[in-house]
Amino acid sequence: MSKRPEHQAPPEVYYGVDEARKYTQNSRIIEVQEKCTERALELLTLPDDQSCLLLDLGCGSGLSGEAITDQGHMWVGMDISSSMLDVAMDREVEGDMLLADIGNGVPFRPAMFDGAISISAVQWLCYSDSAAHKPAKRLYRLFMTLFASLARGSRAVFQFYPENDAQVELIVSQAMRAGFTGGLVVDYPNSTRAKKIYLVLMTGGGTLPRGLQDQNESGSLQAQYQRRERMKQIRSGKVPKRAWIMHKKERRRKQGKEVRRDSKFTGRKRSGRF
Amino acid sequence: MLTSKGIKNVKEGFPLKIQADEVKNVDIDFDQDFISKMVPKLDWNALIFAAQCVGHKEDLPDTLPEGYENDEDLLRKLHHILLEVEVINGCLECPETQRKFPISNGIPNMLLNEDEV
Ligand SMILES: C[S@@+](CC[C@H](N)C(=O)[O-])C[C@H]1O[C@@H](n2cnc3c(N)ncnc32)[C@H](O)[C@@H]1O
Repeated sequence: MSKRPEHQAPPEVYYGVDEARKYTQNSRIIEVQEKCTERALELLTLPDDQSCLLLDLGCGSGLSGEAITDQGHMWVGMDISSSMLDVAMDREVEGDMLLADIGNGVPFRPAMFDGAISISAVQWLCYSDSAAHKPAKRLYRLFMTLFASLARGSRAVFQFYPENDAQVELIVSQAMRAGFTGGLVVDYPNSTRAKKIYLVLMTGGGTLPRGLQDQNESGSLQAQYQRRERMKQIRSGKVPKRAWIMHKKERRRKQGKEVRRDSKFTGRKRSGRF
Repeated sequence: MLTSKGIKNVKEGFPLKIQADEVKNVDIDFDQDFISKMVPKLDWNALIFAAQCVGHKEDLPDTLPEGYENDEDLLRKLHHILLEVEVINGCLECPETQRKFPISNGIPNMLLNEDEV
């Protein structure tokens, strides 16, 4: 297996002139970026027949941005690689772009955006490229400032490539800490090639949609599989605990039972193991 | 829309002063609904300030008039200033620290140094 890009160099170096140029000339990359963006937009559940303003985190060469434009929305993109942004500029994409490190937060006024997406980028924040880089802190800063810049009730969807479960846990826990609810949606979980992981974050509650399944699976098997996967995920802590607790509380509330007030500590791990 | 709040110790970081050395006008289709949805999210004074910075104050009113949703003429002007006037080269300046963020090739560079975060 080839070494992960994240191990090779910081993103602004890895996505240098050559990689940036190659990026938009590879038909498989183009297709994956497009497909993932379309799915992320679907998961945003934007209102129909309305043009929305979206934020694209790690917008790179603008492949994801073009898929946003194709769906009739406007976008603002952020990326840390000037070479990738130059490629986007050369390709005359329609969004406005900023050269910025999303690990330092998003620099926008409150409630500007109707939604945010990020395609294949956020796992980069799990690595520290200097002594001053603290992954948890940078992720928290991203999610906290993102939460503020989203209109209430809107969502953010991150498709990403975690290297291991610890990264999933790190990313999800920082998002929940910043006030989001939601969790993971995994499409085609049993295909190595087609499997895609989306973190669906909500600012105003809502239920988590289901992941897509391979077409050749039978319905009942699918359901069984999903239930089993879900239990596995809960046990392994992949489904954010806070979301899970909020969900349970909501159910109890509906049944007219008394539940503890939600606080920013809801579902947070207490210190100490287990 | 942008702030420099990311810098350590900056409280508001808004509005950023725009210095426009090179401006380009582009054509973008007018979408009345999109613009009127955008208006309440904007700080009117900051918008006027930004328009002045790039030399497009023109006859924009000093306060947001009521019934702007149906004022196509005004919405068209806003569309132009918000979407069609692009600063290609110049810079953005933080109102509190005077830190400058260069804009080149139409892209503002908001990267911060390690000692600024
Ligand atoms: C796999 S590429 C995806 C590109 C993009 N979605 C597109 O359509 O071209 C990942 C992108 O994330 C960006 N990235 C990685 N770390 C980042 C950070 N800390 N801040 C901003 N962008 C980052 C990289 O520069 C790269 O362009």
